[in-house]
Amino acid sequence: MSFDRAAVADLYAEYGALLDAGEYDAWLALFAAACRYVVMPWENHRLGLPAGLIYCDSRAVLEDRIRALREANKYNIHTDRHLIGLPRAAGDAVEAPFAVYQTDQEGATRLFATGLYRDRLVAEGGRPRFADKLILLDTFAVPSLLATPL
Amino acid sequence: MTTAAIWPALDYSRVPYRLYHDAEIYREEQARIFNGPVWNYLGLEAEIPEPGDFRATYVGETPVIVNRDGAGRVHAFVNRCAHRGALVRREERGNATSHTCIYHQWCYALDGSLTAIPFRRGIRGKGGLDPSFDLAQHGLRRLKVDSVSGALFGTLDPAAEPLETYLGAPILEQVRRFLARPVEVLGYNRQRIRGNWKLYAENTRDNYHASLLHEFLVTFGLDRSTQVGGVRMDARHRHNITWAEAASDSDDEAHAAYAGARVRSNYLTLKEPELVRFVRERDDPLNLAVTSIFPGAVFVQISNSLAIRQIRPRGVDEVEVYQTMIGYRDDPPEMKRHRLRQANLVGPAGLVSMEDGEAIEIAHRASKPDPDRHTVIELGGGGVISDRDYRVTDVPLRGFWSYYAELLGIEPAGAVR
Repeated sequence: MSFDRAAVADLYAEYGALLDAGEYDAWLALFAAACRYVVMPWENHRLGLPAGLIYCDSRAVLEDRIRALREANKYNIHTDRHLIGLPRAAGDAVEAPFAVYQTDQEGATRLFATGLYRDRLVAEGGRPRFADKLILLDTFAVPSLLATPL
Repeated sequence: MTTAAIWPALDYSRVPYRLYHDAEIYREEQARIFNGPVWNYLGLEAEIPEPGDFRATYVGETPVIVNRDGAGRVHAFVNRCAHRGALVRREERGNATSHTCIYHQWCYALDGSLTAIPFRRGIRGKGGLDPSFDLAQHGLRRLKVDSVSGALFGTLDPAAEPLETYLGAPILEQVRRFLARPVEVLGYNRQRIRGNWKLYAENTRDNYHASLLHEFLVTFGLDRSTQVGGVRMDARHRHNITWAEAASDSDDEAHAAYAGARVRSNYLTLKEPELVRFVRERDDPLNLAVTSIFPGAVFVQISNSLAIRQIRPRGVDEVEVYQTMIGYRDDPPEMKRHRLRQANLVGPAGLVSMEDGEAIEIAHRASKPDPDRHTVIELGGGGVISDRDYRVTDVPLRGFWSYYAELLGIEPAGAVR
C-alpha cells in the first residue's frame, strides 16, 4: 500500500522533533506494535554482514534500549539536532537521508552522523507507523559513542 | 628527563598525565612499541580465505596490508611504496594478483617484493633507472606473521620472540578457547574516541570500573563484582585476562555489596530477557572473559557476544577502536540470532560499553593541562604485580605500564614489577 504524502512527511518531521526534544515515549509511539529498529554500519551492509550497532529485532528490545538509556547508561552530555531530508516513497517503502548534529553543554556543535533511513511503513490507527526502520550509517566510524537514537 | 622523574612510584601505581599527552612520547611509542618487538593483531584468516584476498589494517599508525598468496601463504607488509612513500593499496579489502601504486605504477607481488617499474629503461634509451638499481632491495617492508587458531599477528621487529612465547601460556589458552571453532565474521564496528590510546588499553584491563561505570550490568543483573572472578596475566604481566563465572553469586550478596556504591542492583527486568541470557557453550562457566594483548588487541566475550577489538592510535589525542564481531560457522540459526541480539551489549552503542568512550574522553580532557600530576592505580594494593582471584582490582594496569616502561627504556631504577 502507499500513504498520503503529507502523512508521511508529518511522520518524519515528528520523528526528528521528538528525538531532539528527548521525548522518547512519544517517539516510540511512532513505531508499529510489531517493529524493528536497526542501526547498520554502511560497511556491514555493503559486505552483506548482519551485525548492527543497535539491533532491536523486536519492539521489546527497542523499549529496553530506551529504558537503559534513561536508567543505566551514561554518555556525553549533549543535545541532538536531526535534519531529515525529503522522504522518497515507493509504496510502503520509504527512504530519507538524514544528518544529526550534536551540541555539547558548552555550545560547540559537531556533525555526528549522516545516513539513510530505509523504512517500511504500516497503517495503524489510520496513520503511518514504522514497522521496519533500517538506519544505514554513512558515518560508521562513530564519533565518541552512540547513545541517543538516530 | 630522568626516568626517576617520570615515575612517582616504583610499582607503577602512579602514572603521570604527560604520558597520555606528550607528542614526543607518542612518537617514541610508534618507534619502540609498534615498530618494536611486540606482536600486533592483524585480522583473521577467515577474512582472507582465498588466494589473492587482501585486507588493509594498521600496526600503530603504520598502514599494513595482509594478504594470501597463490600458494595460500599469508604475508603482511607495510602499505607504503618504496618509491615515493605513497599508499600502494588504497582499497580496504579485495582480491588481487599484485599490488600497484597508482602514483608511478610500481608493482609488487603478494609477498611484497617489487616486480615491475614502468619505463625502467626509459624511452628510446633515455631516462629510466640506472641498470644497477636492484629491485630486490626495494620491496615493501615485511612483517613477520604468525597465527593462533586463525587469528593473525604480525611484528615489524625481525628479532621479536616467537608469538607463542610472547603471549604466554594463559593468554594462548584463552585465545584458543575463544577461537576453538571455525569463525564467521558477523560484522564490524568502529569508534573514534578523543583520547589517548593507552587510556583505552588500560580500560580493558580495569576490572574495578566494569560494574560501576557500566551500570546496565548490575541494574539488569548481567554481571556483578560479587561473582567469582579475577584477573590473570602472563608471566611478564603485559597481557591480562579479566574473567568471571556465571551464576556464582547470590542476589542478596550483590544487593548488600552494591548498597553503598550508589549502583542499583537487579532492580529492573528487561522486556527481552534474551539480551542478557547466557547460554553456556564451553566446558568452563566463564560468562565474561576479556583478554587484553599488549599493545592493542582485545578478545572479548561478554555473555554470548564475541568480539575482537583492535586499538588503533590516531595521534596523541585520538584512538580508533575497530571491532570485529564474530560467531562460529557451525552456530545454529538461533545461536546466530542470539549473538546478533547480544551484539547490542558491546561496541560504540553497546549497552555495557558505550560509557567507555565517555570515560576515556573525560579522563583525557581533564588530565591534559597538568602533565606533572598523575593517576592512582592501587585497587588491590600496590607492590608486586600478581594475579588476583577477586574483581575489585586494577592491578593489570600496572602490568601494562611495567612493560611499556621497559620498551620505552624509561624503567625507574629499582622498579617493582
